[in-house]
Amino acid sequence: MKLSRSEYKEIARWTDQLRPTRQCMKMLRDRFPHHSQSTLLSIFSLEYQKRTKRTISRHHAPDVMERYYQRYLNETRVRPTDPVLLELANEVDLSPALMARIILDRFLKDQGGEMPSKTILNSMLKEPSLIADQILATNIYQCTINDCCYGPLVDCIKHAVGQEHEVLLRDKLMERNLSFLDENQLRTMGYDKTPDIILEVPVAVEGHIIHWIESKASFGDDHSHRTYLNEQFWSYWNRFGPGLVIYWYGFIEELDCQRDRGILLKDCFPTDIVTLCHASQQEHTPESQKKDKE
Amino acid sequence: MAYFLLHSRTSKPSRRINPTPVSADRPNSKPKTCFTSTPLQKVSSPPLGVEPLEGTVTVGSPMSLKEERELLKREKTKLAQQAVSLPPCSLDPCTPTKTGVRTESKVTPDSQTTCPEPSKVTFSSELDILAELYCTCISENLVPNLFLELFFVMQLLTSRSPHTHDGEEQLSMCSGNSDVLERCYLRQVHNCVYFAVKVLENQFQLVAHLDKCTLRLLAENERVASFSPELKDRLTQAQDRSTAKLSPSVSTFIHSVPFQPATDNRSNFGSDKAFHTFKKQRDIFYEVLREWEDLHKEPSWNFDAALGPKIRGMMSQLTSAGNHSHFARLFLKQLVQMCKGPRTNTPSVEAPDADLLGMLGADSLGRLKRLEERLIQPHGVVGPCPPPSFPGHQEFFRDFIQTASCCQMNQHLQDSLCQQLLQLDEVSILSPAASTGDGEDEEDGDMEQQDEKQRFTSVLLLARLLAKFLGFIAFLPYQTSEKPSKEIQETSVALRSKSVQVLDVCAVLQNSVRRRRTILTIPWLVEFLSMLDFIGPLLLCYRGALGTLLLLYRRLQLNRHEEMCYLNKLLLVSVLGWLFQIPVIPEDIFFTSEFTALVQEEDGVTGSTGLDCIPLVDQQLLYTCCPFLGEFRKLLAAFVSGSAARSGGIIRKITPTSAELKDTPTANRSQHKLQVDLEQAFFHNQPPSLRRTVDFVAERVGSNAVKHIKATLVRELVDSGEEMLKDGLQSPNSNASKLNDSICARLCDAGLESLGKANRFCNEKSPDAIRILLPVETTPAVLTTSENITKRLAAEKACSWLSANITALIRREWKSRYERVIKALRSPVAPDSMDPDGAEAELVRQGQVNTPKRKQERLVSCPPSCKHNSPLPSDILIEIKEILSIAVGPRTDEELPTGSQLRRQLQRVRNTLECRKFLSAVSEQMLQNCTVLLACKLVSGELPLRSSWGSRHGGVAVDPSAGSEPSVSEILEQLAELWEGGCGASAPLHQLFTPITVAAVLKANDTEKKNYLFLVRKLVNKGILSEEEVLSYWKKLTDLTLPTELIENFQLQSQSIELSLPLTEMQMCFEKLQPSHQTIEGAT
Repeated sequence: MKLSRSEYKEIARWTDQLRPTRQCMKMLRDRFPHHSQSTLLSIFSLEYQKRTKRTISRHHAPDVMERYYQRYLNETRVRPTDPVLLELANEVDLSPALMARIILDRFLKDQGGEMPSKTILNSMLKEPSLIADQILATNIYQCTINDCCYGPLVDCIKHAVGQEHEVLLRDKLMERNLSFLDENQLRTMGYDKTPDIILEVPVAVEGHIIHWIESKASFGDDHSHRTYLNEQFWSYWNRFGPGLVIYWYGFIEELDCQRDRGILLKDCFPTDIVTLCHASQQEHTPESQKKDKE
Repeated sequence: MAYFLLHSRTSKPSRRINPTPVSADRPNSKPKTCFTSTPLQKVSSPPLGVEPLEGTVTVGSPMSLKEERELLKREKTKLAQQAVSLPPCSLDPCTPTKTGVRTESKVTPDSQTTCPEPSKVTFSSELDILAELYCTCISENLVPNLFLELFFVMQLLTSRSPHTHDGEEQLSMCSGNSDVLERCYLRQVHNCVYFAVKVLENQFQLVAHLDKCTLRLLAENERVASFSPELKDRLTQAQDRSTAKLSPSVSTFIHSVPFQPATDNRSNFGSDKAFHTFKKQRDIFYEVLREWEDLHKEPSWNFDAALGPKIRGMMSQLTSAGNHSHFARLFLKQLVQMCKGPRTNTPSVEAPDADLLGMLGADSLGRLKRLEERLIQPHGVVGPCPPPSFPGHQEFFRDFIQTASCCQMNQHLQDSLCQQLLQLDEVSILSPAASTGDGEDEEDGDMEQQDEKQRFTSVLLLARLLAKFLGFIAFLPYQTSEKPSKEIQETSVALRSKSVQVLDVCAVLQNSVRRRRTILTIPWLVEFLSMLDFIGPLLLCYRGALGTLLLLYRRLQLNRHEEMCYLNKLLLVSVLGWLFQIPVIPEDIFFTSEFTALVQEEDGVTGSTGLDCIPLVDQQLLYTCCPFLGEFRKLLAAFVSGSAARSGGIIRKITPTSAELKDTPTANRSQHKLQVDLEQAFFHNQPPSLRRTVDFVAERVGSNAVKHIKATLVRELVDSGEEMLKDGLQSPNSNASKLNDSICARLCDAGLESLGKANRFCNEKSPDAIRILLPVETTPAVLTTSENITKRLAAEKACSWLSANITALIRREWKSRYERVIKALRSPVAPDSMDPDGAEAELVRQGQVNTPKRKQERLVSCPPSCKHNSPLPSDILIEIKEILSIAVGPRTDEELPTGSQLRRQLQRVRNTLECRKFLSAVSEQMLQNCTVLLACKLVSGELPLRSSWGSRHGGVAVDPSAGSEPSVSEILEQLAELWEGGCGASAPLHQLFTPITVAAVLKANDTEKKNYLFLVRKLVNKGILSEEEVLSYWKKLTDLTLPTELIENFQLQSQSIELSLPLTEMQMCFEKLQPSHQTIEGAT
């Protein structure tokens, strides 16, 4: 779903006040009923990550972390069955999953006296039953499971979404009989930067020749698109020529302005595809010829 | 009298005719307008207020005067003696490009100028003689630049008389002058036009080779029509024959240099660091390029300020990684990609309006004149001798080199440029004459000829581009803005003559002359030499080359019928003429006689027919190489439109210069064996295409053999190595690094069989390719021989590469595989033996206890009838996450799921887990994990089910009123079936036995406890968990400290549960819990 920049900004503004919880997601859906849920979640997630990047240092100050920990200890003493940590996170506007990490880290330091290893920390966040303190385990679990922007479960979902769309993309290509090399094949060949797909024979999409396709299971906003351009898309162009990016959850339509320079944006698999026809095939319709010339 | 004209036009290297757009330069050219070099000059002070045309055109330098005279003597022009003078008034007429002092008046030229009339011409017989003489000089290549002369003639043709009256007084003054040398022959515009038309008639062949547009403008010029209708007719006819036209501008879409694994992947770099550094550098390079494209036309933008830091940072990165050779290759490939196109030489802005003028023709244009004056900027007529420049994208590459200022990069660029240039110079272009042996395949010949011509064009343009950049880099260190003083010159010459030059231009040139390949060599040498610094031409090597070029130029008389065709000669004459006008090339060179011997010597050696004799140049190529020929069109168009284009002497700033040392790689002809000689002999009497085919096929097949071996043999070897490694590691006391060494050695040995494989591959593949590519009529013997030669060449190529590289290749591949295997063995989710962390890690490991057993049963493909339409894992994960977050709260009662909702949800989970298409290991594991957690929340009662009528029931497991709503136990049974289902990875069931779960169960009421025991029993019954496993979980659990009352409570509860089946494991659990109770009690 393509959004104009102003539409996007309206949504983004609206997410400003939200917390990354199930309840807030519902509010967002109710407010923008015409947008797909995944697009809204993707936009919220992007905006929330920006917010977190802006503010995270505030929460990571040692005295602040200590204050959080002490508050957590005090409050659980008073009301051990309440979702103390989740409330605290929402109150100070920090992602619950990140709050959980801060508190767990602090807790483990208390227990072991030394810096807990990242692996241990991650495995406990993923599986809080590994935490000896059951109240803490419950609190941690409440935080990670309720957070819709951070946490192991969210990471896993993002990973799955990305993977699934790559599979979908490959399916579509095979349906169209377009032969391609995927990322893994390219990597074994020693390419230093690899898009998801390289077409063995380039095709024209909406009149633009493309050599590669990158699948993005997220919404393309200004910030992420700029980052992707710098870190990926231009690099692909630099090596393979022009290509196509599919933002499955939509993008700000004004960003699709590099078509002539070799980067094409779509929010779905394109339908207007012209392939190279050999003379013997004779399927060159006047229409496709026209497109060729474009 | 005519002598004056000759002198002033021919002997002076009138380089300053070139108008400059910079008006500030014009005062510089003014003093030179006085012809101070002529003894009689005192008579002729230019008329006040008139800037003489000649002044800007010709400049006499006192130094060259003597030589000029000698030259002229040799030309047997004895009309007038050495005293040559410029009639003071000859300069009055203005050309369109020359706005006299009167430009300040805004009057249109029509009202201002006199219409030239044939009847008003004076001195016509003298002018005839002058024209004839002048033409002789042109024909005999006695002028340094033919086109400069032609341009002058066109200027005369289009000149405007500033006077509205004929100036009888002046006329009489001039004609009354008794001295034949001092008459103002070109004082009147009538005379100018008369003279110009005469010359054009005489030089018609040359004129006729100009582009269509120019010819049309000339033909439609009313002055030509009134002075020589015959010339007009000839021009009209010539128009139709002319083929030169502006090629459509090349697409501005730039392509990048493709990444080629063969040259760009990790194996081409010394270290990982170098590889990854270059990865970044490549991207930065294009980033810089894109920024330049976007911004460089903005007036306030400055290359060095904007991009300097980035580029220099990049250079220091390259230096520390030792990656300059890679970058140089990328840089040059991109340069070629962007700049090789033919039209890069013309600033695109000018083309459209000039074209428009040409298309409309003179008639219609007259009417557009006023409009044009207001709307269109004056045509930038710059004359036929523009300074060397870097148009279009070339500017980027030049500025990049300057800004980078990196000696390492420059050296690599030079090396590469030199090598490529010399290779290009050797390129073989086939003469159509060679294939005319059998007349039958005329068509083939034609097509081949066309191909060869195209190839030549492409080679020539590429060579010119590379040569310009080679020259630029080579002379860069010596570049000065001003000409150094005599002393400095001498010191520099002495200093620099000791070092070897980057390119042995004399040798290249002599070789080229001897082999008659000047048509290829000279155009690129000219580009190289155009980059010279002021001192460069004084060095023996370059002076010698320039001398040789001069003598060649003299010999290239266009009208003489030789083996070299007209357009070939015209191209050479044109580029050489341009070179001689460049300020850094000393003027005296043209007038010395010191070089005569050189060419005569070379002249004696006659080779077989070389490139020079093949008609390779067409008008298109001529105009591509000499875009300044378009100046004629602009001049004529400007005349028509009356546009007051500015002009003036261009002062060219030549930036380049330097000389760095590099030996010219002389083509060493290696000694071949008898076989090779026989092969050569075989090819000798065969059509050249056969050889090319064989070479090509051999090259490709050989390379394919290597690729094939890399893909098959090497891969197989490395795979087998992995097996050996894994086997080896299973044995006790195994040492990974020792294993690594021994396996590697074995693999390398095995790699030697690749040579045999390559041989077989080449033997198998080559004949097919050859058979397809050679004509069907090829005789069996020729065919077989060709096949065999191809096989041998291909195998030779493949084997030589393999024997040199196969071991290293295997080592490298093995190394990376080894590292991968070792890494994979060490990094599974459970921290294996290595992880020293405490109880937590221990627990993590426990989670894996049940996995190995069931791993074998794991299905990796979908069920046979799978339509891949089950819900996507990510969607299911999102749904389950939602339920879990409701389970852990906070929540409202309305959010709770009903039993049937849960049941549907679990069915969806099941479907998703069954279809493998979209499932990755990660999402599968997470999904399984979620189902176990869901079970935990159900058995502990943390997630109660909402009854269908809305009100909440604590534990509805055995609530009969639930009606059709499934009970918790039914849901649990569904879960057990899901885990039993055998799809995918195992569920982390250990979480059912973690303290937190058990504690929650113990806290809950009887129904929950019953449900819990029910689930465990199901799992055991279904064989999902063995009794031992359950026991071991319980054992672990009892080691932990649970609140005493909970355990007591649990014990009590479990004893009261009526279990229909004797559950030994549960009994044991309770037993196990007893001692723990005691310990706890004891402890407290």
